Amino acid sequence: MLAGHRTWEFDRKPVILAAGTVGGPFEAAGMLSDDFDILHEDLWIGQDSYEKAHRLLFEEACTKAIEKGGLQKEQVQFILGGDLINQITPTSLACRTIGAPYLGLFGACSTSMEGLALAAMIINGQGAKYVLTGASSHNAAVEKQFRYPTEYGGQKPPTSQWTITGAGAALLSSEGSGPRVTSATIGRVIDLGLTDPFNMGGAMAPAAVDTIEAHLTDRNIDPSYYDLIVTGDLGEIGHNISLDLFEKNNTPIQNTEYKDCGVMIYRKGQPVFSGGSGAGCSAVVAYGHLLNQMQKGEIKRMLVVATGALLSPLTYQQKESIPCIAHAVSIEAEGEESA
Amino acid sequence: MANNKKKNQSSAQQEYQALQKKRETKRPVLQNCIKAFLIGGLICAVGQAVQYFFIYFFNFTEQTAGNPTAGTMIFIAMLLTGFGVYDRIAQFAGAGSAVPLTGFGNAVISAAIEHRTEGFVLGVGGNMFKLAGSVILFGVFSAFIVATIKTLLTQWGGF
Repeated sequence: MLAGHRTWEFDRKPVILAAGTVGGPFEAAGMLSDDFDILHEDLWIGQDSYEKAHRLLFEEACTKAIEKGGLQKEQVQFILGGDLINQITPTSLACRTIGAPYLGLFGACSTSMEGLALAAMIINGQGAKYVLTGASSHNAAVEKQFRYPTEYGGQKPPTSQWTITGAGAALLSSEGSGPRVTSATIGRVIDLGLTDPFNMGGAMAPAAVDTIEAHLTDRNIDPSYYDLIVTGDLGEIGHNISLDLFEKNNTPIQNTEYKDCGVMIYRKGQPVFSGGSGAGCSAVVAYGHLLNQMQKGEIKRMLVVATGALLSPLTYQQKESIPCIAHAVSIEAEGEESA
Repeated sequence: MANNKKKNQSSAQQEYQALQKKRETKRPVLQNCIKAFLIGGLICAVGQAVQYFFIYFFNFTEQTAGNPTAGTMIFIAMLLTGFGVYDRIAQFAGAGSAVPLTGFGNAVISAAIEHRTEGFVLGVGGNMFKLAGSVILFGVFSAFIVATIKTLLTQWGGF
């Protein structure tokens, strides 16, 4: 089970039965619009607050995953999820509707893979047959939480990132057919003393590198084992910094395709600065676009590394630096996984 | 304090920050200054036109036209903020749209809109001056200090 220091190898290989992804208007105009199950043309989604809209995003993603998996709501035994809002209320309120036993998670933007790793662990330990896991973020609600009012005229620097509006959920099962979750590496909190909340990519890059290298060492594999290693939301700047760090540590990342969800999701020309970010970012790209690619056979093995900045507006104002984390989960197409 | 913090950091942190700095896209400072100068100037020119308008078409003098002009400019800023245009202008103009009175109006109104969902008293009332509050506090305070110094000098200094 435990491989190396902090990697779990799942010998029962939990199956991702189905996944649901929901996006907002900005994502609909992006590169991956075809890979969403539901797209909303309005940030409000017919609700009277952004927080309620945020809740609905997660609810819809979960409902879609359950429906695609051919299950009833009642069959879901556990649900694991989280978001970026105070006390993760959008997820908790959405889970009130779904009604399944619920574990709320906070890993900032790394929540998606934190949830997937734990869900796979539950299934692997025969703690359940069906577990639902997901993460979500809503641009306006998160901006309100962490930065300024949405309509406030503050100039953003080129290092800043655009919080995506979206939710992704995956339904895991102990049996059935579909992509398999084969291993997970849990990240450490890494803080290299960066304090600029408008440069998350730069702060998170070392955490992503640390987790990827730990994963490769623990499983004793080369990056070429994977067709794709994808980080959550480093953005262009963080991505380039991580490449520098890999080079410095002599990790042959060039042997595989190395990408970032935050860079993949939007089109060139959309005003997203360094790229997308948010808890929903890695969730929608991994559970939407990447699982679809795996289904088409374009990817056989991938490592998803969701990166999170564990700051709060309070710690920033009290001049704390930004603690960061990254969790990695490997997903392999059926029949492709190593014995 | 900033220096103090640097000293407390490990060599790994300092080394990484140096590496990170190289990759960080810099703010285009000169370009931002030019844009701020042009848009800021444009906003002030509009303000000037509004002031002349009040002087020529209504019975205002140069001294008394200030208040209705400020009111009109804030009203325009309010509309632009409500329609979601002001933040886009600001991304282009930077300080050019933040420093004039309209920027102050935008800071108040955007906060009021944002917290409308929490109700009028706890939401709008409690948060409206979230951003602008410190401007008012320190503005009034420095005005008080300057006025005190002036009073002292003119009353007892014999100027």
